[in-house]
Amino acid sequence: MQRRTILKGGAAAAATLALGRPGFAGSHLPVKAGFIYVGPIGDGGWTYEHNEGRLAVEEHFGDQVETVYQESVPEGADAERALTQMALGGADIIFTTSFGYMDPTINVAKKFPDVKFEHATGYKRADNVATYSARFYEGRAVQGTIAGMMTETNKIGYIGSFPIPEVIRGINSAYIHAKKVNPDVEFSVVWAFTWFDPAKEADAATALIEQGCDVILQHTDSTAPQAAAASAGDVITFGQASDMAEYKPLPRVSSIIDNWAPYYIERVQAVIDGSWEPTDTWGGIDSGMVKIGEITDAVPEEVKAKALEIRDSIADGSYHPFTGPLNKQDGSAWLAEGETATDETLLGMNFYVEGLSGTIPQ
Amino acid sequence: MIRLEKRPQPSRAWSYATPVLAVIVTMIAGGILFAVLGKDPVLSIRTIFWDPLFGEFAFYYRGQLLVKAGPLILIAIGLSLGFRAGIWNIGAEGQYIIGAICGAAVGLAFYPMEARWLIFPLMVIAGAVGGFLWAMIPAILKTRFNTNEILVSLLLVYVAEQLLASMALGTLRNPEGSGFPGSRNLQQYDSAANTELIAGTGMHWGVVAALLAVIGAYVLLNRHMLGYQIRLTGQSPRAARFAGVRPRLLVVFCLGASGALAGLAGLFEVAGPAGQISIDFNSGYGFTAIIVAFLGRLHPVGILLAGLLLALTYIGGEAAQATLGLPAAAIQAFQGMLLFFLLAVDVLTNYRMRFGRAEVA
Repeated sequence: MQRRTILKGGAAAAATLALGRPGFAGSHLPVKAGFIYVGPIGDGGWTYEHNEGRLAVEEHFGDQVETVYQESVPEGADAERALTQMALGGADIIFTTSFGYMDPTINVAKKFPDVKFEHATGYKRADNVATYSARFYEGRAVQGTIAGMMTETNKIGYIGSFPIPEVIRGINSAYIHAKKVNPDVEFSVVWAFTWFDPAKEADAATALIEQGCDVILQHTDSTAPQAAAASAGDVITFGQASDMAEYKPLPRVSSIIDNWAPYYIERVQAVIDGSWEPTDTWGGIDSGMVKIGEITDAVPEEVKAKALEIRDSIADGSYHPFTGPLNKQDGSAWLAEGETATDETLLGMNFYVEGLSGTIPQ
Repeated sequence: MIRLEKRPQPSRAWSYATPVLAVIVTMIAGGILFAVLGKDPVLSIRTIFWDPLFGEFAFYYRGQLLVKAGPLILIAIGLSLGFRAGIWNIGAEGQYIIGAICGAAVGLAFYPMEARWLIFPLMVIAGAVGGFLWAMIPAILKTRFNTNEILVSLLLVYVAEQLLASMALGTLRNPEGSGFPGSRNLQQYDSAANTELIAGTGMHWGVVAALLAVIGAYVLLNRHMLGYQIRLTGQSPRAARFAGVRPRLLVVFCLGASGALAGLAGLFEVAGPAGQISIDFNSGYGFTAIIVAFLGRLHPVGILLAGLLLALTYIGGEAAQATLGLPAAAIQAFQGMLLFFLLAVDVLTNYRMRFGRAEVA
């Protein structure tokens, strides 16, 4: 009944109710945590790892927490309904795990001031909306290093999803580090305009391989590019968002693993304690949110050593993947010698660095 | 032994009964599917079909039903005109996208001026014109060069999707969006927002337009010469030619009308529930509407009911996912079953079942 009143009565009634219910501490168990997924939980990548995080929450809290989820929710108008549904269903905290859920999350959060919302990879916050993301570009630096040293054709294919800053950062980071170890390297970027579409992803991978690429990097969520590389042979790939271990030791030679579990447990704990705040979290290799999956024996020792060195130097803070001198694609100066990129620039990154060919679609 | 015997005329009674029968058979088969997945079949079916209408949160779901059914009905009405005359517009999804782009572009061009009396009507017109023009491409190619409108309209969907991406990333991108793709949110721009007419009911201008389209199509088909020509062409193209039907005009009219209605649906969606032009703004309404048109027997009232039914399976299906943990794929399979059984039981409309052995002719 309470939620019903909130939805009908609008802001005034909602504010009163919210005031009358300062926190959940002790009074309200189990806490209900909801998850909205952009793909199916069996995608083997992005959504799979978020779901692993959900399962970790269940395991960690046992009877104290109940979780619900909805998979393959389209980004846009349908997301708003899915979110409202979850809030009406009694969720206390809802994680929306894709960029496109940003406006729907903000809209629904306005209607449910006593429900906490957590939006992944976005930038809009409110009194009950926090954001979180991971510094995937740190993992891309490691990938780029391996890719640059391993390629024989000097052509590296990259399957982009959407040309948003997060994806562009990844391309730039991978390119910078591939170039560092192999000045002759060239990148071909294909935009799939989807997060998850095995058929499209496989097509993109095949096209890149036919153009002579012998390394495929992907920012899409399925294992289809891995399968395409496996059947083509002599092509290496990297697990995306998840370990994709079933393609070890070749074509998958390493991976970036998104490790959401600790964050989810921490945030649900904050709801239980009544200490939840609308924070902005951007975790990297150092905090364990980004993990580098096992580098297989298909990679020569010296390449592996170099990759691990990069990983460790990022982890201990002695190295930033975007360190000058770096120019933008059009040749204009971006970072001076020794200067590192600010988070603000990285969050809004909409340009390629010098040396990358092609244009960002617009 | 069961034999099928072709009826001299399709059975009227069965043509009304088969959609209902299909829904019932889908419930049974779906129930079995859910039971195999380890869920309570009765509870699952109740969650999908009953709870959104009469359950605890029905006050919210009923409105959402209209939001979801509105564009489906609007597009399906347009498609049904052509389908009746044997003119196959499969690309409503593309016309929907272009309508949304044109309408949103007009609204955004005026930003931040406030003049609702001027801007919103202009957007509506731009949406309809956008969809209409996009549908004119297959129409003109068909009348001029006799190309196949099925292929042309379908392939233009992919062109429209690329245009949509380009608009979201470039021309229409929100200049205050920190480089992220997507236009300004029209919901936050009063002069352009397609708001709920009565708060909490889900009733927005798109739903009103859908209801008007149902009435308009009914009148057209039953009371108007053009409607008669459409029906006649579908039943017997040869007879239609003798009756003085101009087939080219009919192609242009049917594709144009369905394009304009799809464009309107896109505009109302982008200015209302979706709020902004984004890369993946379209969510398949244009294709689902084809199912709605056939489920509704290409009849305006049938389409109205079919649109509501399909919206119910979507909304109930989402609820079943969230509350019962049914996988999304099971819900999609369930919706697929509905169409499958509808086509399967259609055989009863055109054929009579005979028990016993065939007589030797």
